[in-house]
Amino acid sequence: VASHGISDRVAVIGMSCTRFAEQWSKGVDELIVEAAEGAFASAGISRQDVDAYWLGTAQSGMSGLMLSRPLRVNGKPVTRVENYCASGSEAFRQAAYAVASGAYDVAVAVGAEKLKDSGYQGANAFPIPGDGTNRTVTAAAMYSMIVPAYAQRYGLEVADVKQALARIAAKNHHNGSRNPRAQFRREMTVEQLLAQPRVAGELSVFDCAGVADGGAAAVLVRAEDAGRYTDRPLYVKALSLVVGDGGGVTDPDYDFTTFPEVVASAREAYRQAGITDPRRAFAMAEVHDCFTPTEMILMEDLGFSERGAAWKEIIDGVFDLDGELPVNPDGGLKSFGHPVGASGLRMMFEAWLQLRGEAPVERSIAASGRTLALTQNLGGYPGEMVSFVSILGTEPS
Amino acid sequence: VRGITGCGGYLPYRRLDLEEVGAVAGGGGRRGQRAVASFDEDATTMAVEAARVALRSAGPVELRSLWYTTVAPPYQDRTNANGIHAVLRMARTAAAYDVVGSVRSGFASLRSALTSTGPALAVSSDLRVGWPGGPDEAYFGDGAGALILADESDMPVIAEIVAWQSVSDEFLDRWRPPGEACSKVWEERFGEARYADAGIEALEGAMKQAGIDAGRIDRFLVTGTHGRAVKAVGSRSGVSLDPVVGDLAQRSGVTGCAHPYILLTAVLEQAAPDELIVLVGLADGAEVIVLHTTAAVSGWRPARPLAAQLDGGAPISYGRYLAWRGVLPIEPPRRPEPARVSASAAGRSTDWKFGLVGSRAGDGGVNMPPAIGDPEHQPMADAMGTVKTFTVDRLSYTPSPPMVFAVVDFDGGGRMPVELTDVDAGEVGVGDRVEMVFRRLSTADGIHNYFWKARPVRGRRAS
Repeated sequence: VASHGISDRVAVIGMSCTRFAEQWSKGVDELIVEAAEGAFASAGISRQDVDAYWLGTAQSGMSGLMLSRPLRVNGKPVTRVENYCASGSEAFRQAAYAVASGAYDVAVAVGAEKLKDSGYQGANAFPIPGDGTNRTVTAAAMYSMIVPAYAQRYGLEVADVKQALARIAAKNHHNGSRNPRAQFRREMTVEQLLAQPRVAGELSVFDCAGVADGGAAAVLVRAEDAGRYTDRPLYVKALSLVVGDGGGVTDPDYDFTTFPEVVASAREAYRQAGITDPRRAFAMAEVHDCFTPTEMILMEDLGFSERGAAWKEIIDGVFDLDGELPVNPDGGLKSFGHPVGASGLRMMFEAWLQLRGEAPVERSIAASGRTLALTQNLGGYPGEMVSFVSILGTEPS
Repeated sequence: VRGITGCGGYLPYRRLDLEEVGAVAGGGGRRGQRAVASFDEDATTMAVEAARVALRSAGPVELRSLWYTTVAPPYQDRTNANGIHAVLRMARTAAAYDVVGSVRSGFASLRSALTSTGPALAVSSDLRVGWPGGPDEAYFGDGAGALILADESDMPVIAEIVAWQSVSDEFLDRWRPPGEACSKVWEERFGEARYADAGIEALEGAMKQAGIDAGRIDRFLVTGTHGRAVKAVGSRSGVSLDPVVGDLAQRSGVTGCAHPYILLTAVLEQAAPDELIVLVGLADGAEVIVLHTTAAVSGWRPARPLAAQLDGGAPISYGRYLAWRGVLPIEPPRRPEPARVSASAAGRSTDWKFGLVGSRAGDGGVNMPPAIGDPEHQPMADAMGTVKTFTVDRLSYTPSPPMVFAVVDFDGGGRMPVELTDVDAGEVGVGDRVEMVFRRLSTADGIHNYFWKARPVRGRRAS
C-alpha cells in the first residue's frame, strides 16, 4: 500500500464553529469570517500569521475568492474544495498535507455553507447540464431503502429497525439540547419520533439532518511547532478518504446494508493510527448521521458493532452520551444541523472540545483515559459514496 | 401483396369514471369510463408503447419508414417521430415523419405506410382533452395504435387492403385555434348531415372498388369525432356495426386519430382468415378502407391484447385527472423545478436515453447506463425485472406526488434505480415484477425530458 499517512506530523492548534441555524441575517461571507476569526482567536494568531487557506463548500460559491474577499486576505494561496458533504473534511485534509509537506507553516481549513437562501426546504443539488437520465429521487429516499434491506438481511421486523432509528434521533436530540451551537435544542422521545408522518419510505422529517447555515474552521501547524501556540493541541493520527466507483447503485450484489467506502476508509484510518479494537479505542466518535439509518449502518461499518448487532446496541444505549462509546455527543447532523461544507470540521470541533475537557459540563463525556476521537464524514448515497475518516488525539506517540 | 403484418393498441392504465364528472362540473359525463393518459405520458410516449406492442406481434423486421400521427404533438417545428425512431432503434437511413394536426391525418399516415416501399410503421396517438363537463370530455379517450405494413415477400401479411375510398368535404364541424387545449363544435345536426352523406358516398365507392356488396361484410367499423354521425352512417349503411366498436367507445372513449388503428387492432385480434373488414372514418369528409384477412391471421398472436388492456387499468379521480391535464392548475411542488435537458448531452446518449441500451462488461455484468470501454451493447428495453427494494418519496419533485422509486434487478443481469409508474404507493412490494416503459419525466423551457420508468406487471411477484 502506498498510502503512508501523516500520523503525528500535524497538530491542530485552534478551532472554531459558528452557531448552526437558519441564519436569515447572515450570508456565507459572514459565516466564513466568523469561523475564520474564531479559529484565529482560538489559536492566538492573527490572519497575517496564516500562510495558506483551504475552503470547503459544496455549493455556496466558487473559488478561493469566496474566502479571500470577505476575509480581506490579499496575496495568499486560497483553494476552494468540494467533495459532496465531506467538503469540510476535504479542506482539513488538504491543509494537513500542506503543512506536513513543509510547504507552509500555518494552514487554515474553513468549511461553510449557506443553504437557506434557496427558497426551498431541504438541500437541493446544484443543477449541472445533463441528458436528463439521472435519477431525481431525494437523498432521504435513497437512504430510506436501508430500512427494509436491513430488516430483511437480519430477519427483523421493520418495527424493530424503526425503534433503533427513533432511538438514534432521540439520543442526538438529547445531546444537541445540551449544545448552545446546535440548530435543534428540543429533546424528543422515542414515542414522539415514532408518531411522526413518513416522508420517504419509513423515514420522517425527524430522521433527517437539520438543514442549517454555518461555518467551522481549524488552524494546523507541524506537530513540532504546536508548542509555540498551545500546550493542548490535537494531533492528527489518521486521515483517510475513500471514494467508490459508484458501482453499488447498479450492482445486483449490493444490498443496501453496508457502505463499502466507509469500511475501506475506516480500515485505512485504523491502519494509520494502529487501531485494532475500534469499539474500545475512542473516547467518542462523531459520525455522519445524515439520516438515522446511516448512523445505524455506520456503527457496523466502523467496527463499533458486529454485523446485525447495531440496531440492538443502539436501543441498549451503547452509544449514548453516558454509554460505552458516545457517538455524536454534540447532537450530530440530526440536531446540530448540516451546513454541508462545515459539517466535517464541526465534527472535529467536538473532538477538540471533548478531548481537551472544554465541552459544556451537561454533555461532557467520561473519557476514562481514552485520548482518541474519530470523525466520519461522507457524501453521496448508498452505493456511490465518498467517505472520510479522521482520528485525532491529545497525545503524540 | 402488401398489407398489415402486425398491429398493436395501447390504452393508458388510468380510467376516469365519467359519472364523477357531474358532481364537479355541474353536468356532463356519461355512464362508462374513458382511458386517461398518465401525467408522465404524452402522445409520443403512448405511440411508443403501441409501436412496441405491434413490433412484438410481428416479429423481427427492418422498418424502412415511420409515419406518426397525433393531434396533440408534444413539439411543433421539429419532428416528433424521431423520438419514436430512436426508442425503436430504427436504422439511421429509415425515414421518420410527422403527419400531425388533425384527426384525419391518421389515415394519411396509414396510406403513406401502405404506398411506401419496404416495411413501414404507421402509428397514431391522441390525447383528447375536452372542456370540463362537456360532451368531448365524455366522448373521447386517450390511446394509441400502431400498424405495420409490409409486402408478403418480407413477412406474412395478416390482412390485405383491397380498397380505399376517400371523400374530402370542406365544412366546419369542429375547430381549435393553435395553442388551445379544447375544441369547439358547430351545431351538431349540421355535421351529422354532412358526415352521413360523405360516409355513405365513400362506403359505396369502396364497395364498388372491392367488387362486393354489403352482405359480404364480416366486420363493420365506424368511427369519427361526431358521435351522432357515426350512428347515422351505421343505420343508413344497412350493415350492422361490429359489437367491438360500441364496447371500446364505452370503455376507453373514442381515441381521436388513434381510434381507427385501435379498432382495426381490436378486430384483427379476434379475426379468422377470409374475413372482410370495412372501416369507415369520419373526419372532415370520410375514409373507407376494405381489408381482407389472410390465412396467416390464424397464426398471428397479439403481444398485448386490447381486451386485456380494457379489463386492466385502475381508477383516477376526476380532480386528479383535471390536474394532470392542466385544466385545474394545482400548486406545483415546493421544490426547485427540474433543469432543462442539455441538447448536446442528450444528443450523445440517444441510445441510452431513448433506446435504454446498456453495455455488457467483459465479466458478463450489465452496466446501466453503459460504461465506457465495455465491449458490447446490451438492449434492456424489453428486459423484465424484479423489485429488489423500494421507497415512497414524498419530498422529491414530481407533478403527481408521491414518487414511488425502486431498485430493479433485471433478468439476465443489470440493476437500475428507477421511478415506478402506473402504480399506487401502497401496492408495491419487494419481489414485484416490472417492465420498462418510455415516459416523459418533466418539461423545462419547453424541452420534454423523455426517459424510462418501470411499470408493475400485475399479478406477478417473484417467490
